[in-house]
Amino acid sequence: MLLYATRRFGLALLILIVAVTVMFLMIRAVPGDPVQIMLGPRATPELQARLTAELALDQPIWKQLLIFYGNLVQGDLGIDVFSGRSVTAIVFEQLPHTLALIFASILWSALLGIGLGAYAAAHPNTLIDRIAAALSVSFVAAPAFVVALLSLLIFAVHLQWFPAIGAGEGFWGRLDHLVLPAFAIGLSWVGYIARLVRASMLEVMGESHIRTARAFGIHERRVVMVYALRIAILPVVTVIGVGMGFLLSSAVFAEIVFARPGLGKLVIDSITTRNYPIVMGSVLISTGLFVVSTALADLINAWLDPRARTAA
Amino acid sequence: MAKSRSELGQIVTGVARDPLGLMGLIIVGTIVFCAIFAYWIVPFDPVGMNIKDRLQGPSWTHLLGTDQLGRDTFSRVIAGGQVALQVALPAVFGAMAIGLTLGMIAGYGPKWLDNLLMLFFDTIRSFPTVMFALAVVALVGPSLQTVVFVVMATSIPTYGRVARTQTLTLRNSEFILAERSMGASMKRILGVHMLPNIVGVLAVLAAMDIPTVIALEAGLSFLGLGVKPPTPSWGALLKDGYSLIRQTPWLVVGGGLPIILATLGFTFLGESLRDVVDPKLRKQR
Repeated sequence: MLLYATRRFGLALLILIVAVTVMFLMIRAVPGDPVQIMLGPRATPELQARLTAELALDQPIWKQLLIFYGNLVQGDLGIDVFSGRSVTAIVFEQLPHTLALIFASILWSALLGIGLGAYAAAHPNTLIDRIAAALSVSFVAAPAFVVALLSLLIFAVHLQWFPAIGAGEGFWGRLDHLVLPAFAIGLSWVGYIARLVRASMLEVMGESHIRTARAFGIHERRVVMVYALRIAILPVVTVIGVGMGFLLSSAVFAEIVFARPGLGKLVIDSITTRNYPIVMGSVLISTGLFVVSTALADLINAWLDPRARTAA
Repeated sequence: MAKSRSELGQIVTGVARDPLGLMGLIIVGTIVFCAIFAYWIVPFDPVGMNIKDRLQGPSWTHLLGTDQLGRDTFSRVIAGGQVALQVALPAVFGAMAIGLTLGMIAGYGPKWLDNLLMLFFDTIRSFPTVMFALAVVALVGPSLQTVVFVVMATSIPTYGRVARTQTLTLRNSEFILAERSMGASMKRILGVHMLPNIVGVLAVLAAMDIPTVIALEAGLSFLGLGVKPPTPSWGALLKDGYSLIRQTPWLVVGGGLPIILATLGFTFLGESLRDVVDPKLRKQR
């Protein structure tokens, strides 16, 4: 297990290093003076000179990359030229809003999806199973930002059940503001998770330890809920870990539609004001988040199911 | 083992026999038809302004109402389908072609090249798609080409990985071993014997990938970072609709429904295709 964990995190680190290098080269590959691009229309000669020195642009490219990594390891993603504050601080200020949204979305969709999938698997080929299957496919098909817009139109503007914009104040206010965005992001996951759980449940139900449990006269509900479901939800862990990237992407749109603070809104606002250090900082941090969550999901999976350790 | 015409006919019949597949065929067929003949179908010029008739509700003249510049929403929805496919098809085919080539090289080539390509795939996949798209748009500016590039770059790994797995499996199959022992060249083995066995699987993947691509184009255009106005994209419709959501609901409905329909259509079609072409794939998802 330790060996697997070391190797898995080694791979994650390697991927991160390559990804950061790609990002770094991408900025340099854009034609024109990088300082000019980063500063945009606000470039004054003093600022330009300062940034040139900071980024070590007068040095050879491999040295620039090393300096970039050096700063990165210390958590230094550069200075926002607009406000003079550190990019890391600005990004981490917005991150909790996005994370709260993502967790709320995945929580309700996983609970409902697992329930729906388990029920459908326990009663295969009944009417409810059919309806659940049809709903799953339809839910999977709906892109989060379209759902977000339509739910904004129906539940906030038309019915006025929920607030349309902002993040809210206090616990209940925040929760109230979280409902619609979390609904929009989670909806397609409900169907996906339900299908996944149903399929893996049906597979598990045919295995011998379930037959043994039944032979011991254990109540059917207990067999399904405890013995089968515990194994059947394993793929959900992986899918959520790998799905972190999709969730982040959906969160960007939900934040724009509902005018919520967060990473997505920060990036979009920074693009419109051509604030490149913030855009790059946010992309790097969200990429890091994604890589770590994928690795964690693999680890949890390997911990729960020893067979997965040898597969990688 | 190239798919002959009768085999293609069998696949189409198989898909049409499945109710969901038939629905997918009809939806996708309608969208493609509307996109090809958009110029003849639209009742009004999709970019023609008519300030006098702005922000109208649905009527027989304007089936889905008009926007803030008096443009006919229905005409813009039809023309938007054209833009969606203009992005989706080249992006998906490009990604498929590159992914197929790289995947086959990874599967058939030396181990170090395989490792290198897998690292490349894993790295691209490590960027959250929209975040990567935003970074690229921030650097090179929004345009139709940028969207196509981003979509292509982010979906190459999916095709590459599947092509690699297929190549690895085929590599040790008896008919390939037989070919090799008879002295067939690598070009012949890869091109004549392996390729046809991999393309089918990738085609299914492509059909399922198109909705993602359409949604991404619409999403970027919604953020104002995709196609430029006044080009009628579904995402641009939603962008206008969002800012006018309290005045008229019809723009959001007109922009949102075709995206959901297109996604549904291609998903149904893809799933049905998968079941017909290769039932084994069902488990891999």
